[in-house]
Amino acid sequence: MARSTSKDAQDLFRALWSAYSATPTNLKIIDLYVMYAVFTALIQVVYMAMVGSFPFNSFLSGVLSCVGTAVLAVCLRIQVNKENKEFKDLAPERAFADFVLCNLVLHLVIMNFLVG
Amino acid sequence: MLLLPRMSSNLARLLLLLLFAFSICDAVALPGPISDRHRSAALELFAPQHGSFASLEESYEALRIFEILAVREKPDVRATTCPKVLENLVSSTPLKDLFYALKVNGILKCKVNGDIFKDIASRLKATVKDSKTLVDLYYSIGSLLLIKDQASDVDVLLADADGTFHSIKALSQSDGKWRYTDKPESSTYAAGLALEALAGVITLASSEIDQSKVNLVKNDILKLFDSIEKYDDGTFYFDEKLVGGHEHQGSISTTSSVVRGVFAFAAVTSGKINLPGDKILGLAKFFLGIGIPGDAKDLFNQIESLALLESNRQVVFQEQHIVVKISIPLILSLPASVYSLSNKDQLKVRVNTVLGSAAPPLTVKLVRAFSTVAKDSAVIQNKDLKYDQNSGHHVLDVLPDKVDVGIYVFVFEMVLHDADGEKVYATGGQIHVPIYVTGIVKVSNAEIAVLDNDLGSIETQKTLDLAGNDIVSLSANHLQKFRFSFQLTTPRGHAFMPHQAFLKLKHETKYEHIFVVGNAGKKFEIVLDFLGLVEKFYYLSGRYDIELTVGDAVMENSFLRPLGHLELDLPEAPTSKAPRLPPLAVDPYTRYGPKAEITHLFRTPEKRPPTQLSLIFLSLTLLPLIGFLVGLLRLGVNLRNFPSSAAPATYAILFHLGIAAVLVLYVLFWLKLDLFTTLKTTALLGVFLLFVGHRILSHLATASAKLKSA
Repeated sequence: MARSTSKDAQDLFRALWSAYSATPTNLKIIDLYVMYAVFTALIQVVYMAMVGSFPFNSFLSGVLSCVGTAVLAVCLRIQVNKENKEFKDLAPERAFADFVLCNLVLHLVIMNFLVG
Repeated sequence: MLLLPRMSSNLARLLLLLLFAFSICDAVALPGPISDRHRSAALELFAPQHGSFASLEESYEALRIFEILAVREKPDVRATTCPKVLENLVSSTPLKDLFYALKVNGILKCKVNGDIFKDIASRLKATVKDSKTLVDLYYSIGSLLLIKDQASDVDVLLADADGTFHSIKALSQSDGKWRYTDKPESSTYAAGLALEALAGVITLASSEIDQSKVNLVKNDILKLFDSIEKYDDGTFYFDEKLVGGHEHQGSISTTSSVVRGVFAFAAVTSGKINLPGDKILGLAKFFLGIGIPGDAKDLFNQIESLALLESNRQVVFQEQHIVVKISIPLILSLPASVYSLSNKDQLKVRVNTVLGSAAPPLTVKLVRAFSTVAKDSAVIQNKDLKYDQNSGHHVLDVLPDKVDVGIYVFVFEMVLHDADGEKVYATGGQIHVPIYVTGIVKVSNAEIAVLDNDLGSIETQKTLDLAGNDIVSLSANHLQKFRFSFQLTTPRGHAFMPHQAFLKLKHETKYEHIFVVGNAGKKFEIVLDFLGLVEKFYYLSGRYDIELTVGDAVMENSFLRPLGHLELDLPEAPTSKAPRLPPLAVDPYTRYGPKAEITHLFRTPEKRPPTQLSLIFLSLTLLPLIGFLVGLLRLGVNLRNFPSSAAPATYAILFHLGIAAVLVLYVLFWLKLDLFTTLKTTALLGVFLLFVGHRILSHLATASAKLKSA
């Protein structure tokens, strides 16, 4: 039984991986970016757990910056994904422009919170 | 029980003090005439800065004071002041500066060209004719008068003196005050200026002014003196009711302005001005009562007015009668008001004019002297003081035997030798002076005893010589009484009641108890019944130090003397009512001394992680970034879609640069900028970025659309 479950897990993983490979490259780039942001946030959380949350606003700024940019990247992915019927008429460049603008605003707010 | 006799003696003492206070009320310390202290104050207040005075007005005031007081060490400011004077003796100078320049020249007598005076005189005569304000008229007429003294050849007489007189008189008011211009604000200070100006007009008139007009002005002076203010001790002065008028003048400036005006006017008119002598003496007392003023202008006003009050010796012989315009005040002063019987002092009195010069021949009579305690019976009556030529004092050589220690009021009167003197001099009638007669009070027959119970059988009795240093040592318990008695005798052998006669018992724990020693005639006695005092003493047994204080203002040998010790045995405090000891008095010197140093406890700073740990995690944070870049490479990221043609390429580059600039701006914001500059710059960059981004992205969009359709 154990062997079959591990074999099943392996098969599942392989199926997922091959399905994922079919996604277009630009979406993969965005996924990579999201993973990067999430990992950075995780490392910051681990650090806070180790040393305590003394300058709490710096912790919040760091984590929220990562989480925020991840969220915006996810939004971008939704809008750029050609299989998504809802955003068929929206040009991907427009979505990208929104992504850049929102990121800039997010980081301005984050910087202000970090400083103040 | 013991409180009642103590209270009544306290009450008696309080009443006595009140009586003293009331009786001295009308006898106040006399101000002395001008002395060397005024001369040194003049040198201090009028010290020239860098060899000259700040203004011509100050130069004039300084020079005049040095002249009046005959100050020997006056600074020589001729070299610096004369050029200033010459500079200001021009037609175009403002009237006030011209006036003071001429005044200074009158004292210093700088070398001035005669033509200058002619020039100025003609300008001044024109001003007198045209001006309507009191201040301008005052300065111009005053300047013309000064030119008259300094350059006798210049014609300064006024053509229309009547008209000028009339225009000044028109500004007067019915209460004796004057207005400065047509505006209704009037002041007493202006009255002084107006009187001086009118006196000047009379002098400068080419034809004589009508006598009736002059008499009107004399009436104005009398009306002005009706509004004079006074203090209870006979001092008279003028003050302004309107505060914040033309330039508010205090009482010293106002009074001196009136004095200047009245005396100037009196000098140029014939006949006497009926000003009562007591008011003139009151004005003299006012100026002398100022003492040494701290302000230069006040000092000048004081000295100049006193000089005028003294020097009005318009002694004119008219058919063998001396006619004097205004009385000259004479000041009676005492060098010392405390006389010691043990030193056998002599009572000395001085009579001077206000500036300190010698008075005319007179005798000082001591009308009567009475003790403040017994105001009706006079201890001295009708004695004449002998005049000592050498010292200039009037001396009462011996105080009669009736005069004992105490506070007295001596009533003096000045009697001039010359019968007509009463009209010339103002002496002030009877003058009350408080005199303290002190002496050594004999303290004798001091006895301390400890008595047994109510029968009063003596357990221990000791005599004490209070003049010496011996002390006694006694012991008592709560069933016994303590008795202490002594006698006080004045030098003349009478009973003496001092202000303070206290007995103090102080325990080793520093708790003290003070008792007033009562008296019957000469004998002072106090009895302490310890049975009643046990609670008051807080049940504290042990050693008590005994101290006696006897003191009074007229007692030369007031003393505070430790008498010895008393071992007192009191019963234990009952536990039911344990006595609450009151807090001991804090040493007053420590109360205001420096307090203990407070070390501020700073908030312990939060524990920060060690630096290496933080740096390790910083590098760990960068790991995902590296992972991202590696992943990108593995995905085969390329820049093929980068536009090749020039314009879109520049836009693309600018777009990326714009984003980088914004990020750099954020870093700067974190490092040192503030939100406002950041927002401003972000807005600017944002606009740029929008423009550029739109171009490149629309280009990319059209390119991909073309590709799709193709």
